[in-house]
Amino acid sequence: MDELLKILKNNALETPANIAKMLNLSEDEVRKRITEYEEQGIIRGYQAIVNEDQLKIDKVTAVIEVKVSPEREGGFNHVASRISRFKEVQSVYLVSGDFDLLLFVVGSDLKEVAFFVSGKLATIDGVHATATHFMLKTYKHHGVMMETQDEYERLKITP
Amino acid sequence: MNTNDLKLRRDVVAEHLRGVPRSGIRDFFEIVNSMPNVISLGIGEPDFDTPWHVREASVFALEKGATGYTSNMGLPGLRREIARYVERTFGLLYDSEKEVLITVGVSEGLDLAVRALINPGDEVLYHEPCYVSYGPLVVFAHGRPVPVGTRLEDGFRITRELLEKQITSKSRILLLNYPNNPTGATLDMEDIRWISEFAKSNDLMVITDEIYAELTYGKKHVSIASMPDMKERTIFLHGFSKAWAMTGFRIGYACAPPELIEAMMKIHQYSMLCAPILSQEAAVEALKNPERDIGEMRSEYEKHRNFILRSLRDMGLKCNEPHGAFYIFPYVGDTGLSSKEFAIRLLEEEKVAVVPGSAFGSSGEGFVRCSYATSLVELKEAMSRMAKFIKRLRS
Ligand SMILES: Cc1ncc(COP(=O)(O)O)c(C=O)c1O
Repeated sequence: MDELLKILKNNALETPANIAKMLNLSEDEVRKRITEYEEQGIIRGYQAIVNEDQLKIDKVTAVIEVKVSPEREGGFNHVASRISRFKEVQSVYLVSGDFDLLLFVVGSDLKEVAFFVSGKLATIDGVHATATHFMLKTYKHHGVMMETQDEYERLKITP
Repeated sequence: MNTNDLKLRRDVVAEHLRGVPRSGIRDFFEIVNSMPNVISLGIGEPDFDTPWHVREASVFALEKGATGYTSNMGLPGLRREIARYVERTFGLLYDSEKEVLITVGVSEGLDLAVRALINPGDEVLYHEPCYVSYGPLVVFAHGRPVPVGTRLEDGFRITRELLEKQITSKSRILLLNYPNNPTGATLDMEDIRWISEFAKSNDLMVITDEIYAELTYGKKHVSIASMPDMKERTIFLHGFSKAWAMTGFRIGYACAPPELIEAMMKIHQYSMLCAPILSQEAAVEALKNPERDIGEMRSEYEKHRNFILRSLRDMGLKCNEPHGAFYIFPYVGDTGLSSKEFAIRLLEEEKVAVVPGSAFGSSGEGFVRCSYATSLVELKEAMSRMAKFIKRLRS
């Protein structure tokens, strides 16, 4: 992957001036390449990584396994795209194994998610089974540990 | 009884130790440590933690009961992995049974190498500025250290002209360290070629400390031990401290022809017995997927290097572009301060720690060593504080 993308994936707030120094480019060149990535849709957005467990908010997340019968044309794409359009659905992946689609769905409480599953998801043509797991705690998210670990202190000067 | 109260009739400390000064780094360390909230660019080790799979392997080994001695030479499995690794990476062919010795860091490897080779009075040539232990280790082995200065304008590469000036009938050993601590300098193929020829024509043994070999930027490292007819006169030293971020494990190795390994072994078996078994187990794991572990760290360091190089040059400091290790060695002499004064004032006024170049030998005077193996957040802050400081000095 391009180093520029690696830097932004690590810290989307990194300034073009600093990125220019790190990659030995001009600031204008960095801005131009970021714009290109945005226009090509390679960069699709910038979001903060939030540890929601620390917030007192009413929210539950469910991880849902979905079995789907593929269609003659388009395979799983049509069903996956229909599911993706619900705003409750945060992520949708096609996976190998015992089931086909893996969803991350949020709601304000269990009932809301249950209603979504029985009322919306299960009724979609082609969906023939679901298994819902409620998420209890997040340890690591997008490569970031969610609990601050005690740092082992290093010496300040070594040879 | 307090030893300070001892009234002895003679100086009990061995004579050859008395002339060896305390490490300049240790002095500076004490000042830095007494100060809160310092951003340190003074660290000669990676800010990465050891890769998790390596740490896990040593925990597993501990649980399994790996708590004893190993053979003096080190675990056979580890020696085999090392022989494979140095062949694959540097094109060096060593027999894992007779030509590889596991040491307690490159530090011990250096000590064994000089002790195995030096007769009293033999001269050891090494380029300077250099790692702090070289001169003292030679003195402890009753040899005579002969530093050969290197210069910013030569990119801190050793030059034939300066080396030739120092050679005498007592010169026995040439000690090399590229990629270099503290300058970040590396050697080109041409340098390696003439140095090999020079060593052969002057019948010098070569000790090469290649602890930063994996950390090069834009250039591939070439070991002098891989040059024609050099293997028999070279002790190749390497270890896990830097590229694998394993400084605390204290584990390294020496590769050399069997007679030399046997000689080093004699000292090692009585003074050290063996390297710690848990560290040896960890090293076996470290060699399972080194390209992946090191690749990520190297690409981080490279970005940090570019960042610090541009930042220091923007401040108007003269700076050699470092192609290896994780240090940069800017010239600060034109601020009118000595390197120690510069480091102390930067510390007091802006709370940024760098190491005075003079800690690495007199040819380091006028320079400071900045390590960029630190987090980008800290590096950015350190650079903006340093820029303020330089501006104030110049106004
Ligand atoms: C050039 C050089 N050699 C040797 C060492 C010591 O390494 P080890 O941790 O393997 O003893 C260092 C550590 O800073 C170094 O920079």
